[in-house]
Amino acid sequence: MSFGKLLERIIQLIPVLLGVSLIVFVMLALTPGDPVQIMVGEQSITPEQEAELRRDLGLDKPMVERFFIFLGNAAQFDFGQSYYHGRPVSAVIAERLPATIELSLVALIVALVTAIPLGVLAAIRKNSVLDRLATVGSLLGVSLPGFWFGILLIMLFSVHLQILPVSGRIGYASEVPTVSGFLLIDTLLAGDVRAFGEALRYLILPAITLGLPMTAILMRVTRTSMLEVMRQDYITFAEAKGLPRRRVLFRHALKNALIPTVSVAAIEMGSLLGGNMIVETVFGWPGLGRLVVESIFLRNYPLVQAAVLLYAVTYVLLNFIADILYTVLNPRVKL
Amino acid sequence: MTEATLASAPPADSLFRRNLRDFRSNRLAMASVIVVLIFVIMAVAAPLIAPQDPNETDLFRRLQPPAWIEGGEWAFVLGCDGLGRDIFSRIIYGARISIFIGVAVIVLATGVGILAGLAAGYFRGWVDVVIGRIVDILLGFPYLIFAIGLMAMMGPGLFNIVLALAYKEWVIPCRVVRGETLAVRELEYVEAARALGAGSRHIMWREILPNILSPVIVVSTIRMANVIILEASLSFLGLGVQPPTASWGSMVSDGRAFILEAWWVSTFPGVAILLLVLAINVASQGLRDAFDPRFSE
Repeated sequence: MSFGKLLERIIQLIPVLLGVSLIVFVMLALTPGDPVQIMVGEQSITPEQEAELRRDLGLDKPMVERFFIFLGNAAQFDFGQSYYHGRPVSAVIAERLPATIELSLVALIVALVTAIPLGVLAAIRKNSVLDRLATVGSLLGVSLPGFWFGILLIMLFSVHLQILPVSGRIGYASEVPTVSGFLLIDTLLAGDVRAFGEALRYLILPAITLGLPMTAILMRVTRTSMLEVMRQDYITFAEAKGLPRRRVLFRHALKNALIPTVSVAAIEMGSLLGGNMIVETVFGWPGLGRLVVESIFLRNYPLVQAAVLLYAVTYVLLNFIADILYTVLNPRVKL
Repeated sequence: MTEATLASAPPADSLFRRNLRDFRSNRLAMASVIVVLIFVIMAVAAPLIAPQDPNETDLFRRLQPPAWIEGGEWAFVLGCDGLGRDIFSRIIYGARISIFIGVAVIVLATGVGILAGLAAGYFRGWVDVVIGRIVDILLGFPYLIFAIGLMAMMGPGLFNIVLALAYKEWVIPCRVVRGETLAVRELEYVEAARALGAGSRHIMWREILPNILSPVIVVSTIRMANVIILEASLSFLGLGVQPPTASWGSMVSDGRAFILEAWWVSTFPGVAILLLVLAINVASQGLRDAFDPRFSE
């Protein structure tokens, strides 16, 4: 792909990002309830103080101007104060973000390492029992409500078998100094292998719950594209040359069959973002998703606004990366 | 060829009938249709079917187990929740919420999507550009997050949920309709209608729309399963229908407080969601295989 084409695609992102910001801004502007009232709460203030507060927050300015101020601030990660936490919104979000990223990445890994082998196996043994099981499994995977599946896992593994923790990220006894915010990295940095194991144990159930729909989708994509590739002439040719089947499958077929899987995985990372709120709520995971849900009930709207914008921008960028990845991996596709 | 063989040839069948026959012969899909129908009947006739009042609390029956476990009784077959309400009756009433929202969102979204998609695909030019931009922007939001943001803004309530989901959902039928319209608008029969002096409105509604409906219907049924899960997720988070109205998502959420002693409170409403969503998914896959084989695997 040429640099010009890439630039063109990047420029196309701008109106989308602007539109997304506009919607997020309007969402908050139309939210019922006066921000000053919410901020002040039960305290009584004089009308002068209220007017001053209103001026400080920029609420006295016209809507259009407020939108541009919002944009300018957002570009500098300034989303105002979180009334509830008494700190800047961006600081609160930054604190919660690593937990969410860690969980999402582990969920992605879980999905990839289960979906790809299963999808390939299902394709190689088309119409076998395993293939049928995989088909049923993937249907179940997209039909299971994540919040319910998570609760079932807790009831089975935490309450009944008592082999995995119910909720949280790590036990109090195993806390390590925060360096990166990623517990799997921080525990290793602290040289505490036991704490690393514990962090991993806390991660298993949420990661499986979050990764399940993605596993189901990736498995089907892998199976379909593997079947597609195996029908191609070059595979027949490789087999006709007498190459061992294993080599044909893994060296020749899989390489091309994984192209759609990789791009769908990038797109589906976006769906992990949405799933976060549910999974973090179910497992008491101290990440951004749970923070947003809590903030809605606390009417901590600046935080909700910033988080929704962050999610949306990430989603747009992930889709963009998925597109680029697809073209880079598959030179026949022109942007 | 003799006259006899000609006469015994089966009469030409319409494409629709052939597709319908294909669908009917798919036993799994037909079974799923029956499951969906059972849920619909449950929803419609809830007051006649439900053995108990879904909102009647009875603290003597608090967390009473299902009938087959000691301490249960057959009048409260799936047991009772934390307020002693009959779970089975609440599931029956909850079907109303899930199905109403699923159908309402899909009907609304498909209607808007058809209008926008037809306009974009038929008129092209700036209409297409504007609609395309709006679609791109809405696609920029993860679905659940968009709905959560809207619910936070609009406040809870049945109609707000429908709106919050439909605001983004219409994008999907819109894209399908636009693509199909672009493909169909250059075909001979549309050209012919145009040559005969038919107006844009006639061509869009009478010539193009009937011919592109089957992929739209297939996509809509697939999406309905998704909408039902989204509604349940919103209710689970407490952003959906408000108590005491029974909805499956909030029932699962209520049960979280009792997972140590009463597994049935969360489990059964979840089974209901899974069954309905699974049945819709299987049935819509059958529909797709029969009516729109291009997209089948």
